[in-house]
Amino acid sequence: MKAVIERALDTASAGGAAYADARIVQKTSEFLMVKDGQVAAVNLSSDYGLGVRALVNGSWGFASASRVNTESADEVAGRALRIARASARVQEKPVVLAAQDPSVGEYITPYESDPFDVSTEDKLGLLLRVNDLLRREKGVKVAECAMEIYKTEKAFGSTEGAYVTQTIVESGAGMESTATSDDDIQKRSFPNSFGRQVVTGGYEEIEKLELESNAPRIASESAALLSAAECPATTTTVILDATQVALQVHESCGHPTELDRALGYEASFAGTSFLTPDMLGAFRYGSDAVNIVADATTPLGAGTFGYDDEGVPAQRNYLVKDGIFVGYLTSRETASELDQRSSGAMRAESWNHIPLIRMTNINLMPGETSPEDLIASTDDGIYMELNKSWSIDDLRLNFQFGTEIAWQIEGGRLTNMYKNPTYTGITPQFWQSCDAVANNWRMWGTPNCGKGEPVQGMHVGHGAAAARFRDVRVGVRG
Amino acid sequence: MTVLSETDAHQIARRALDFAGEADESEVVVSSADTGLTRFANNGIHQNVSEESVHVNLRLALGKRVGVADGNQVDSDSLRRLAERAASIARLQPENPEFAGLPSGGERRTAGGLCQSTLEFSPEDRADGAAKVVNAAQARGLTAFGAFSTGVRSVAVASTAGIEQYHEGTTANANAVLMNDDASGTGMALSSDVAEIDMESIGEAAAGKAERGMSPEDIEPGTYQVVLEEAAVAQMVEFLAFESFNGLFHEEGRSFTSASMGKAVMGENISIWDDGVDPSGIASPFDGEGVARERVDFIENGVLKAVVYDHQTASKYGAENTGHAWTAPNPYGPVAANLFMAPGEVASVEELVAGVERGVWVTTFHYTNLLEPMRVVLTGMTRHGTFMIENGKVTKPLRNLRFTQSVLDAFSAVEALTRDTKLTGDYLRVRAPAVLIREFQFTGGSQS
Repeated sequence: MKAVIERALDTASAGGAAYADARIVQKTSEFLMVKDGQVAAVNLSSDYGLGVRALVNGSWGFASASRVNTESADEVAGRALRIARASARVQEKPVVLAAQDPSVGEYITPYESDPFDVSTEDKLGLLLRVNDLLRREKGVKVAECAMEIYKTEKAFGSTEGAYVTQTIVESGAGMESTATSDDDIQKRSFPNSFGRQVVTGGYEEIEKLELESNAPRIASESAALLSAAECPATTTTVILDATQVALQVHESCGHPTELDRALGYEASFAGTSFLTPDMLGAFRYGSDAVNIVADATTPLGAGTFGYDDEGVPAQRNYLVKDGIFVGYLTSRETASELDQRSSGAMRAESWNHIPLIRMTNINLMPGETSPEDLIASTDDGIYMELNKSWSIDDLRLNFQFGTEIAWQIEGGRLTNMYKNPTYTGITPQFWQSCDAVANNWRMWGTPNCGKGEPVQGMHVGHGAAAARFRDVRVGVRG
Repeated sequence: MTVLSETDAHQIARRALDFAGEADESEVVVSSADTGLTRFANNGIHQNVSEESVHVNLRLALGKRVGVADGNQVDSDSLRRLAERAASIARLQPENPEFAGLPSGGERRTAGGLCQSTLEFSPEDRADGAAKVVNAAQARGLTAFGAFSTGVRSVAVASTAGIEQYHEGTTANANAVLMNDDASGTGMALSSDVAEIDMESIGEAAAGKAERGMSPEDIEPGTYQVVLEEAAVAQMVEFLAFESFNGLFHEEGRSFTSASMGKAVMGENISIWDDGVDPSGIASPFDGEGVARERVDFIENGVLKAVVYDHQTASKYGAENTGHAWTAPNPYGPVAANLFMAPGEVASVEELVAGVERGVWVTTFHYTNLLEPMRVVLTGMTRHGTFMIENGKVTKPLRNLRFTQSVLDAFSAVEALTRDTKLTGDYLRVRAPAVLIREFQFTGGSQS
């Protein structure tokens, strides 16, 4: 691999690139799904290719191909040079990269059990057992269980002398139970929604998920939701479970602290950000209870790695400290606009995509209260659990989220179950209304974060715990 | 730009099928793409990418045990390993008694959609296109953002059940957003022929909306008449395709269609169908199993008539396969991807606006998502041009609004549609008119 990367870099330099980098990525993944007692899918994927990024006359060009050899290195680098020169025809200002010491090293995800060494029989056996437990509940119409494992091996080199190799291993699984009536559909998922919970780690992390012991409860709740009352339309105290807090952090803190968004790079597609650079260090984003870090070193995080795709070492940086907005996720190019060093957040989906500023692990730091005490200390409110729907505006201000299930809180106790719960708000007002974060902190994985054109899917992590918010509008219905 | 020819693609497919020779049945999909995309922001090109790729997806069955493996290397060793992986996966799993086998060979289906002008379009041409939008912005004191992509894709499907298909088509897609401090406007175009994309017009359309949107005001959330432009309508149709017209969801009781077949579910002026070979869309003549896509009329004059099926779903539930499978493995059921909504009689969006007593004009939606699948309740934001209409005239620009609205209710209250349609689509391709809807629920506002 190193010879191909060096060849691409030499070709780019000889062709006039002031800077170039090259990545070779080999991705292997396995997807298994059991539905209604039958094996619905077993798929083994392999993807391999080379991507070269070249900076010529102050503009970027990127080219990629699934052929990886010294001949393709010349061709791909040549194409990147031509594209960079085309970019320079419409240049607002030349790209400047923040200084970076060239990294040389290797990173491998810590894990105990290589998920690719576990037999397909054993994986399907677990999913079939969990599926059977879901289907024992009479009201369940569709029972789905899925598992996905990944191994990403990549090498990165730059004309500045960086060369790093990484092996990232991820494991995830989950279940969904769907109950239907003539005019309603209700779903419960575990441990996370939209198919599965993903972390960096081995098969041991799937075994820790306790899928079997939770399946009867999940099935029962999905059926019970059909006869539950609609979430009332009111303004009240809301306690979100840790998974929904993770999604709230993702949408209303992770994305708006991406500096490329704040600088307009995504304005025509994903949008911009209400957090403009002039607000750094001064803007009250949330209450004093709100502390949020971007931490690419968090064990198990789906956004944990050794180096980003510009070769910048993984870092831990505050985004929000004691409620004040203090930092962005940055790249070398965008960091230079703020006279900073890169925060190491440039990540590409694979060899065929350019790196973009992506979330790493965006973690809301825990408080000291147990989630049980959080509920017990709430006289009146609604407890909501697990994301079902999400929408937020292009500045990341106005959001509306739905969860799978909710319960009324009365006198510190959970009482009536509600279906179709929703809540809506404006980001800083919402986080300023946060008066407590619980201590049930753990890493949650979001394996479906989309950004960029062509759209790149990314696995990002969120350390989160249950949290309480005051005066929240709930129960918006169409 | 070049992709695998029919001869080369089928030669790879045959080798893969040969390596899978021990299987009772096998199927291979060989796809290739050569694409380029130029993005611009703040009046300059900031991202500019090119990708050449090949993908091979092999499904094989040992009795009723099915394995799927895919990869992107096409040398003989790689194809042999692909077949071995698929076979080992199949061997290690229990039989699926519901596996219906592979679809047998049927009609070879071809379609147009390969445009020489798009094939020959270069990175320099895309840069020049971006420059036209930037020039339009700078001439008016605005800032330009957007993307311009061109590409060619091929797909070949072959199977031991007699399937043999090949299609090669081009796509060109452009969008521009022009902004000032407090407003934005957009223009867009999508076609298989890049010659049909006029970047100057796109830039002018975006500039016009941005200039008209300066100094936006708030309105109270509530129920308003609404004029939705084509891209906003297309998003609503996309959700119907994903959540409602899927034959698997229909059969499992997970769609409003389960209890409504043959009934009026929308207004009489609404007809929606899927057609993979209509030249005014982006052609996709066969599905991920190589089965020819049939035209499927979902809604005819407001009445629900049909949903789409793939081979597995059709076999399990005794329905006719309409040719709408994804590539295997496909546990989520069939999806219509080439959608059309019938036009009306109104000459222009402006004429729709003239018919509004008190309402809101919406250019596009942003970050739309599903809240309730049975009523197809969506929530999202308006974007890139939202205006107040009073007594048939635009009276002021508005800040973006959040809507929370059932698509079924909205399409039951359409008062008028334009006679011209536009091809757009975030994930699927949708050709739709602009519409005037009698009642539409806005549930919140924003500062953007």
